[in-house]
Amino acid sequence: MEKTINIQLRVWRQRGPKYKGLFETYKLEGVSTDSSFLEMLDMLNEKLVKSGKEPVVFDHDCREGICGMCSLYINGHPHGPDEDVTTCQLHMRKFNDGETITIEPWRSHGFPIIRDLMVDRTAFDKIIQAGGYVSVNTGGVPDANAIPISKVIADEAMDSASCIGCGACVAACKNGSAMLFVSAKVSQLAMLPQGKAEAARRAKAMVAKMDELGFGNCTNTGACEAECPKNISITNIARLNREFLSAKFKD
Amino acid sequence: MATTNETTTINARIPEGPLAEKWSNYKAHQKLVNPANKRRLDIIVVGTGLAGASAAASLGELGFNVLNFCIQDSPRRAHSIAAQGGINAAKNYQNDGDSVYRLFYDTIKGGDYRAREANVYRLAEVSNNIIDQCVAQGVPFAREYGGLLDNRSFGGAQVSRTFYAKGQTGQQLLLGAYSALSRQVHKGSVKLYTRHEMLDLVIIDGKARGIIARNLVTGKIERFSAHAVVIGTGGYGNTFFLSTNAMASNGSAAIQAYKKGAYFANPAYAQIHPTCIPVHGENQSKLTLMSESLRNDGRIWTPKKKEDAEAIRTGKLKPTQIAEEDRDYYLERRYPAFGNLVPRDVASRAAKERCDAGYGVGATGLAVYLDFSDAINRLGRNTVEARYGNLFQMYEKIVDENPYETPMMIYPAIHYTMGGIWVDYELQTSIPGLFCIGEANFSDHGANRLGASALMQGLADGYFVLPYTIQNYLADEIRTPRFSTDLPEFIEAEKAVVNRINRLMKIQGKRTVDSLHKELGLIMWDFVGMGRTKEKLEKALAEIRRVKKEFWTDVFIPGAGNDLNSELEKALRVADFLEIGELMARDALLREESCGGHFREEHQTEEGEALRHDDTFSYVSCWKYHGEDQEPELLKENLNYEFIKVQQRNYK
Repeated sequence: MEKTINIQLRVWRQRGPKYKGLFETYKLEGVSTDSSFLEMLDMLNEKLVKSGKEPVVFDHDCREGICGMCSLYINGHPHGPDEDVTTCQLHMRKFNDGETITIEPWRSHGFPIIRDLMVDRTAFDKIIQAGGYVSVNTGGVPDANAIPISKVIADEAMDSASCIGCGACVAACKNGSAMLFVSAKVSQLAMLPQGKAEAARRAKAMVAKMDELGFGNCTNTGACEAECPKNISITNIARLNREFLSAKFKD
Repeated sequence: MATTNETTTINARIPEGPLAEKWSNYKAHQKLVNPANKRRLDIIVVGTGLAGASAAASLGELGFNVLNFCIQDSPRRAHSIAAQGGINAAKNYQNDGDSVYRLFYDTIKGGDYRAREANVYRLAEVSNNIIDQCVAQGVPFAREYGGLLDNRSFGGAQVSRTFYAKGQTGQQLLLGAYSALSRQVHKGSVKLYTRHEMLDLVIIDGKARGIIARNLVTGKIERFSAHAVVIGTGGYGNTFFLSTNAMASNGSAAIQAYKKGAYFANPAYAQIHPTCIPVHGENQSKLTLMSESLRNDGRIWTPKKKEDAEAIRTGKLKPTQIAEEDRDYYLERRYPAFGNLVPRDVASRAAKERCDAGYGVGATGLAVYLDFSDAINRLGRNTVEARYGNLFQMYEKIVDENPYETPMMIYPAIHYTMGGIWVDYELQTSIPGLFCIGEANFSDHGANRLGASALMQGLADGYFVLPYTIQNYLADEIRTPRFSTDLPEFIEAEKAVVNRINRLMKIQGKRTVDSLHKELGLIMWDFVGMGRTKEKLEKALAEIRRVKKEFWTDVFIPGAGNDLNSELEKALRVADFLEIGELMARDALLREESCGGHFREEHQTEEGEALRHDDTFSYVSCWKYHGEDQEPELLKENLNYEFIKVQQRNYK
């Protein structure tokens, strides 16, 4: 019952951040439609290596849509044409026989290219390091059931916390803004009583770091929400703006 | 053949006293390091999963100077993130009879009486602190309408003690540990080295004093020194090529430690998880788990009649067309007391038994059904969606079938390795100053791990055990100055790493790394998988040696050794998987009994259950390396059950 397709790939190849990149074209035949997109790239790399060439470099790890390591701009969309999935869970049944597929890296000032399709996203870690946490040490905390939290709030915080830090929001944004990423963390912690004590400090510190690292501003185009593989809502951005403004007023 | 030195039994240095007081007594009398001295002590932590990140964060908070390494671009991507179902703790919030003792007992029994009592009791004891800690960090666990924490059930337990955050519990716990880690990075007590892979351990005067790592972006080999080294690099399930592990998960740090003198314990104990999405074809790169939590509401079955199974395989019948009386809910039939919630090893073997007997479904016949129609009728689609929505979505994206309408197809796959680097009660390996935490060590799960216990162990080790026990070692190191990485030991270790890379690069053969890894994986699955026999294991040993030879003479790696090179990264890991595969087969061959995930077909009860031989095999097998062409030596840590009665596991 296995169906296969033949495809043509236009893949961005770039030796390093200071090199000039270009699209290379490859043909791939007999790709099972049950294969994932990254399994298709494995096939390409196996073919390249067999002919003595260097494989296409791309980031990937868990291949079940949760680690946030995979990226790729596929036919103009971060994580490709399917809804609510990361590239690793995109399957070849979403493509047609004979189709040409264009694959590019995340292109954004905040994410410099390392090689080919691999980019540097350490800026996201730096933003979290600036304040994306509740300042508690190990041990000496109250019993887990000491503070009841309404199910509605807990579920909403969980939705914000679902962000996988892949960077699709930044890649999708014409301004290269990291607001969806930052707001998801700020919202999660601002909604929960545990995170309220330092909510103001957190919002200010994370936004300041985001600006410092050269991410753009938000102009509410909503592209981030549309492309987010985990459905993180832009209402988080509204909440971040409220948190940020009220923190600034208090200063 | 391996020689056994009957006089050397390994001492795990378990504190004296009653079981429930051992840990308290240990903490009361252990040596500590004062704050001023902590600043002068460096600790390397390799790995940023639940164990590594929680350890690095906690040690940083205490004031130690921590260097933390991971191979991914960010510590948040470690494979703990993929754990779905939940984390166990003995809170007894449900008032259903849980206690520290019961969690301890279930874990020992689940591990088929092959785990160390004192460690498991400590694990159960600190389990409650973990939940408190995670809630304080802002982990959004599922809650009841009254605002208190919700629980679900997992295999091998008759109480509901599993805390969860949708089907993304591992993600939320890891992000909690990552946030604590990030806070310490901000404070300067932890320095992160991302996209760095440990390639060797450096030993000076018998003590672990540093590592050699490869910068994966530049290909440069770098040296790092410290007063102690902690390995938290996860398990070696990818020896099988196809597993539920992430693509880069590997056993290399464990092999490096083993080759430098750390014992490798119980390598044969690997867990085959019953509920994974079946293999689709030969280009498959990994297997996806469907959380064990699904067995709370899903019922597992195959057709009762062979002709129905045959018709399903050829596409002539659909599962929904099979009448209720023609379905064999084989777990409920065989194990009425635990039903669909038997431990993983039992459920996996039962699925294999049905498929081998000709009742399997799916195009390959290597699948069974996990059916939610009863749950949907009972609870409504919305409730089922709230509980498992993200898992159902994941299934549909991969298989292209809607599990709300047609039963899921599942089949067992390699998921977790209970074996690992041997550690004593303090989580210290047989090399002084080298500690091992999380899945990378062997200590708590015996021959089979219960669901929702991996997260518990990783965080227990990192937050609440290692930060204490490592001080007992470091208290004697306060006069040891920082080490220069120009010492001859570092130069020599680096040279060995460079030579190994050069040797690999020079082969320039015809085989790709993946093709060799797949070949190894098939050997492991066929001969060292769910049903092992003497003949199969001997065959495996011969076959693995053949692939190993082929690897070292015919592998082809393009590019340069001193540059970003993803094929070289894979090759270095596969070279180590070949060693691990051999160790697993060797250990499985030696253990002439069945226990937990290790099933020797020659040793089963009349009903097909695992048959242990406690008189001869109630020990931890610890393998000691003696050089490239030498047989490893078997040492034993005898398991003495002082507090519980060892018996045949019974889930009927």
